Amino acid sequence: MPMPYYVSPEQMMQDKAEYAKKGIAKGRSIIAMEYGDGILLTADNPSASLHKVSEIYDSIAFAGAGKYSEFENLRKAGVRHADLKGFMYSREDVTARSLANGYSQSLGTVFSQEIKPLEVEILVVQVGVNGHANEMYRISFDGSIIDEKNFAVIGGKSEAVQTVLKEKSPNRSPSLGVALTFCVSALEQTANQKLPAEGLEVAVLDRTRSGRKFRRLSVGDIRQLLSA
Amino acid sequence: MKMPYLPDHDESSFFDFVSKHYPGLTLGHYGVTAGDRSTPEQSRAVGPMAVPHATTVLALKYQQGVVIAGDRRATEGFQVADRRIEKVFKIDELSAMAIAGAAGPCVEMARLFQTELEHYEKLEGMPLSCEGKANKLGQMVKANLPMVFQGLVVMPLYVGYDVKRAEGRIFKYDITGGRYEESDYHAIGSGGKDARNTMREHFEKNLLEPDALKLALLSLYNAADEDVGTGGPDLVRGIYPTAKFVTAQGITDVSDDQIRAAYDGLIAMRRSREA
Repeated sequence: MPMPYYVSPEQMMQDKAEYAKKGIAKGRSIIAMEYGDGILLTADNPSASLHKVSEIYDSIAFAGAGKYSEFENLRKAGVRHADLKGFMYSREDVTARSLANGYSQSLGTVFSQEIKPLEVEILVVQVGVNGHANEMYRISFDGSIIDEKNFAVIGGKSEAVQTVLKEKSPNRSPSLGVALTFCVSALEQTANQKLPAEGLEVAVLDRTRSGRKFRRLSVGDIRQLLSA
Repeated sequence: MKMPYLPDHDESSFFDFVSKHYPGLTLGHYGVTAGDRSTPEQSRAVGPMAVPHATTVLALKYQQGVVIAGDRRATEGFQVADRRIEKVFKIDELSAMAIAGAAGPCVEMARLFQTELEHYEKLEGMPLSCEGKANKLGQMVKANLPMVFQGLVVMPLYVGYDVKRAEGRIFKYDITGGRYEESDYHAIGSGGKDARNTMREHFEKNLLEPDALKLALLSLYNAADEDVGTGGPDLVRGIYPTAKFVTAQGITDVSDDQIRAAYDGLIAMRRSREA
C-alpha cells in the first residue's frame, strides 16, 4: 500500500486558508452599514436576479461573498434554521447570534475536516428594535467570527474598502441617503470604476417597518437616494 | 452539500422539511407512532374525543376581492370552550384562511401554512402563485387524514388574491385534501349550510365592499341563529365576529367598530320585526 506523503498540519491549514482567501478576493465587495433607521446593505452586483444580500427572518439579513453556490447553500440553511426556530418557539426567539454561531460551527468544521474549505465570507446582521442595539457578525471561511460595529465589509478587496470607510466615516447614525452615497463611493474608489445604479444590489433592514423589516431598494429608489 | 450544525434539507417546502426531520412538530403526529395503527373502527368505537370545535366561517367575492369572516365560538361537546377564538388568519400579504374543525390542529395548520409560504418565498426569492398556495394547503390537509379517523378534523377555507388574474379566489377542501374552487361564495363548519343559504338568497356579482361585509355578517348571524355551535354577536361582552378583506392592496382587518355598527343596524331591523 503506498504511503501518503506527510504534510504538517500547519502547512495544510495554511494551504487551505490561502486557497479560500484567493477565492473570496476574486469577487466584489459588500458593505453593511448602520444608519439612523437600521442597517443598510450595499453590494457591487451586476446581476439583478442572483442575490448576494437576502432576508433570513423578521429583523435578520444575510450577505455572502465568494463562491455563489456555497454561500447560497449557507443562506438556505440559515433560513431553515430561523424558520424552524420561529415555528418551534416564537418569532422573537430567532436571533442573529444563534444563527451566526451555527454558521461559525459549520464553517469551522468544514474547514478543518474537508479537503476543500468553503470559499465564502458571510455577514449576519440584525436590526435592533425597541431600543436594542444592532448586531453585525462577520464570519470567515475558517469559522472565525467577528462582532462588528458601525460597518462591516466582506469579499473582494475588503481591507481596502475598510480603510476608505474608516478614514471618511460619517457621523454615527447617518441618514439612509448619506450612508448609501458613502458606501457607493467607497466601493467605486476601490473598484476604480463608476458603478451604475443597475450594478448595485441594495437592501435595508428598516426598524420602522412592522413585521418583516427587510426591504430591497429598486433601481429607482437607489437613483433617488444618490441624487438627493 | 451537508452543512454540519445547520439543518440539512434539499427542497423549498417547510412542511416537508419539518415532516421529515421533526415529525413531532407537524400535523398528524399527536403521539401516534407508526406502529400504533388503531383501525378506524376501533377509534370510532371509542367515540369522538372531546376537543374544541370551531364552527362557521365563510368567504364571499365582491368588486375588489374577497371578504372572509368567522364567528368566535369554540365548543367542547355542549360546553362553550372559548368565546373569543380567532378563526380567520392572515397567511401572507395576499392570502387569508379560515378554519373549521378541532381548534388545536386548526390553529397549528394555520401557523404551519404561514411559515410554509414565507419559507418558500425566502428560499426561492419569489412568492408561490395563488394556485400553488392552494395546492400546498391541500397537501397539508391530506397529511392530516390519519388524524381525521381519530376525530381531529381540520377543514380550511382558503382565500387568495391572484395577482396574474387580478381577482380574488376562494378554495374549499375535503378531508382527503381534494381542492375545489368556488366561483362566488362558500361557507364551512357546523353552521356553514345556514350561512350558504343566506348568501345564496342575497348574493350578487360585483357587490360593493360595505354590502359584501353586511351580507357576510348577516350570514354569520343567521348561522348563529340556527346552529348551536356558532356564536352570534355577544352584546354583553362586546365580542363580535371577525372579518378581513383580501384585495390587491393586501389583507385588511375590518375594525371592531365597523362590525359593531353593522350588527347594530341588523339587530335594530330584526327587533322592529318582532314588535
